[in-house]
Parts: sequence; structure tokens; C-alpha cells
Amino acid sequence: MRLNLNRTRREELTAWAFSAPALLLLLLFLIIPFAMAFGLAFTDQRLIPGPLPTRIIGLRNFVRLLNDEVFRKAILHNFIFALVVVPVQSGLALGLALLVNQKLRGVAAFRAIYFLPTVTVMVVVAVVWTFLYSTEGGLINELLRLISGGRLGPYRWLDDPKLAFPAIIILSIWQGVGFQMIIYLAGLQEIPLDLYEAASIDGASRGQQFWYITMPALRNTHIFVLVTTTILAFKLFTQVEVMTQGGPLDATQTMVLHMVNMGYRQLKVGYASAISVIFVLIVLTISLIQRRLLVEEREVA
Amino acid sequence: MPGYRTRQRLWKVVGYILLGLFALIFLAPLVVMIVSSLKADELQLLREMGTIRAFIPTRPSLQNYFDVFHRMPFQRFFLNSVIIVSSIVLLGLFVNSLIAFALARLRWRGRGFILSLIIALIIIPFEGIAVPLLLEVNRFGWLDSYHVQIIPFIAHPFSIFLFYQFFIGIPKDFDEAALVDGASYFRIYSQLIVPLSRPVFATVAILQFKEYWDAFLWPLMVTRGFEYRPLTVGMQTFFGQWPREWGDIMAFASMTSLPVLLLFLAFQRWFIQSVASTGVKG
Repeated sequence: MRLNLNRTRREELTAWAFSAPALLLLLLFLIIPFAMAFGLAFTDQRLIPGPLPTRIIGLRNFVRLLNDEVFRKAILHNFIFALVVVPVQSGLALGLALLVNQKLRGVAAFRAIYFLPTVTVMVVVAVVWTFLYSTEGGLINELLRLISGGRLGPYRWLDDPKLAFPAIIILSIWQGVGFQMIIYLAGLQEIPLDLYEAASIDGASRGQQFWYITMPALRNTHIFVLVTTTILAFKLFTQVEVMTQGGPLDATQTMVLHMVNMGYRQLKVGYASAISVIFVLIVLTISLIQRRLLVEEREVA
Repeated sequence: MPGYRTRQRLWKVVGYILLGLFALIFLAPLVVMIVSSLKADELQLLREMGTIRAFIPTRPSLQNYFDVFHRMPFQRFFLNSVIIVSSIVLLGLFVNSLIAFALARLRWRGRGFILSLIIALIIIPFEGIAVPLLLEVNRFGWLDSYHVQIIPFIAHPFSIFLFYQFFIGIPKDFDEAALVDGASYFRIYSQLIVPLSRPVFATVAILQFKEYWDAFLWPLMVTRGFEYRPLTVGMQTFFGQWPREWGDIMAFASMTSLPVLLLFLAFQRWFIQSVASTGVKG
């Protein structure tokens, strides 16, 4: 009895000791800044303290955000990005996964090639694509000219307010699709093969097998892919910062870029925190929807 | 069934055509990067950038690579990235697996609460806390240092979760036997659980390495001079210098992405498994 008590106590203490480093770090660098964002959003806090003390200004930051032309453009761009990239990239990823899931010789090499952009550093991707988008004699313009027989282009991809954001969307899909492809591939490989065998004995066509076996079996994978891609769409920053800095004429502004410009470049921490709060609320909503959908799935199953 | 064979073969041909087409799309920009980095003559590079010769190293030379080292402290950026990323990965493996061990294998009050807290914290996006964190580390006087780029990223909720999931699957009898033999909990962790868990350690290490080699937003905000700057921010600085020398820029870009690409080619299967394992959360 005595021994048991000691052991329980020892186990308790050990557990807290083992957890302490991680908990302390999470508290300091995740929980506190997270709480700070919500507090600072209601102040006029600056990064470098000025002559005046920081004041609580209520909802003024949020009211100002409502009238902030750049912020409105930024958030709109994030939604457009999500609306275009989520279906296109997920669809493409599923297509690629089906393609590399075939029993063809050398298919592993292709899978690796499709994954290469994902392991390429994003700053590098942005730099290389800036080169490809060059107006005079750039590869993409020349390719378009060749295909269209000289009718299309040359376009000023990154300098044209109408084209800059689509240009960034294209390279983002190019970079990100390999990641989703792997997720789909993992999902595909979990579907039992005898389902397909039974279906083909019953005379189901490839198309029917896809719609009635593959797609329903991938339900959770779909949810995961759609949600992670949507969240990534709201985090859009690196490509824009490197290629256009939000220009031309704010055509490529995003929430995170605006937040960095306000909080870091203009030192307006309070205002930037208000942007962070809205950003966090959007991401949390999307994540909670995901968890909800996944929970429902478990209950049904 | 006449035609079944031919149809099979047709599918195969179509499959290969599609595979090849996509391979071209994904490879082309990377090939252009490497080939352009080998062209010392900037005018020639610009003349050829929209032609098939963008893919052919005509008169290859390493001059651009020498130029990069001459114009920028590239080795410094590189070393900084290596120091920062390896510190995060190594310290992170230890700290995150240790708490996961406590959560998965020990009985203690607070276990359930801490576990749900960790799972809840996974959702918080770094971008959402970057500005307050900047204010915080500025107060600490940490700007322009290695530790400002390391310490905040050691504890990582999703890594803890991955470790936890793996550890909970290891049969409990092992621990009991070891405890009866008088082993301490730390010995059970280090000599029993860790050796049995190599796959999850590899997964976490790869995911962390990829994430922080890519890190850009944070180092951009917390480094001023070249001294502590990682490759990504160095790359942006170099890219921003006018007039643009595309040959040099592509040499810089190639050297920045090469370590990850090589690691990927060497540990391809591990990389792909790591990514696949991120999909099972929820």
C-alpha cells in the first residue's frame, strides 16, 4: 500500500516534470501572444513606445478597419484566392493522385517529380516565377505567343493590376498541389481493392466505380484537403511579399501582408492586432467546421 | 471481349502522356532555375530565357556562384539557417516527445485537460500571433539573435500530437515490466519508447525541417543586419538589389533550395510518409 502510494506520487511528479518545458514554452510563445492579440486589438499600442502612453481605445481599431480600403481589398483577395485555389488545386491533386496510383512502370518517379515544388523553398519559387513572368521575352509570354500563333501577349504579368493576382494564384497552385496529391494518394490506398473487384464483376464502369466507390470513401480526405487549403489561402504572404509587395495598386494585398505592413513596418501594433484577431477568427471558424464534419462522420460510421 | 486488350493499352498510353505532360509542368521552372544559374553571360541568358535554350546550359560556367559569394555573405546565411533549423528540430524532438510520453504513458491528474489544451492549440495559426509575439520578444530585448528564431518554435502542438498518437499505440506491458525491474520513468522513455518510435521521430523531424527551412515571415521581422539572417530573407534581400542579375539570383536560388531537394531525394519515402501522416489528424 505504502509502495503504491509512493509510486502514484512519483508518477504524478514525473509527468509534470516531463511536461513542464513544453508547457512553459507554449504558455510564453503561443498562449500569451494569442491572448495579447485580443487585448492589444483594443489599444493604440505601438511597437516602439512613443511619448504618449498606450491607451485603450475600445472598438476604434475595428471601426477603422471597416473603412480601410486596403484591408477591404486584402480580405476580398483572400476570399477570391480561396474560392479559386481550393477547388482547382484539390481537383488537380485528386487527378494527379489517381494518375500516380495506377499500376504503371516508373510511376514512383513521376510521383517524386510532382512533389518537388512542394519541397522547394517558397521564396525561391516566387523568385523563379518572377523570372518566368518577365514581360519582354519571358518564358510564359513566349509560350503563349507560340501556342496562340502570335495573337496573345506579351502580358505585363506582375505589373498589370488585372493579371498580378491571377499570376500569383497560378504559381501557388503549382507549388502546393503536390502536397495535397500525397494526402489523396494515402486516402486512395486505404480503399480496399475488393470493393473495385466486386464492382467490376457487377459490371460497373470505371466512371461508376469512381463516383460510387472512390469519392464516398475519400470523404474525410476531401474535408481535410479542403479545409487545409482554405486556411492556407488566408495565410497567403510570402509569394506576395517577394513578388509584388501587394502592388500594383494594391491588386495583390492580403490580410497577412497588411498586418505585417501595419504592425512591423508602421509599428502600429494595436491596429495590426485587430487584423490578427479577424484573421484568427476566420481560421478558427474554418477549423471548427472541419472538426464538426469529422465528428459527424465518426458518429455515422 | 475484342478490344479489351487494345483498350487497356490505350489507357496505358494516355496515362503515360498525362504523366509526362505534368512532369514537364512541374520540372520546367526548376530546370530553368538551375540552367540559368549556369549561364555567366547575362545578355545571353536574357536572350535565351523565352526559348528552348532556357533548358539547355549553353556554355555552362560556375561564375554566377562565385559572384554570389562575392556580393553577399551567402555562407553566413547558410550557416544561420543550419544553426536555427537544426536547433529547432533537435530541441523540439526532445521537448515534444517528452510531454507526449507523459500524456500517453503516465497516469496523472491534469492529463485530460492538458491533452485537450494541446489539441486546441494546434488550430492557432502562427500568423495570428506574430505581431504580439514581436512586441513580446522586443520587450525581452531578443531582436537580432539566433534564440529569437529558435526558442518560440521548440514546443509544437502538432508534433506533440503526432508523438502522442504513436506512443499510445505501444503496448503497456513493456513499461510495467521495466518498472518492476526498478527502471526510472526517464529510462523507460529513453531506452524503451524512443528506440521503438523511430518512424514518428523521423516524421516530426522532416516536417519541422521543411517548415523552418522555409520560414520567412518571422525572420523578416526579427532580423535587421546580415548577422542572424537565414537564407530565405537573404534571398529576398539579394533579389531586391537593382539592377537584377538573373544569373546570380538563380545561383542563389539553386543553392537555397538544393539542401532540401537533396534531402528529399535521399529520404523520399520518409518525406512522403510524413506528409501523408499529417492527413490523419482530426
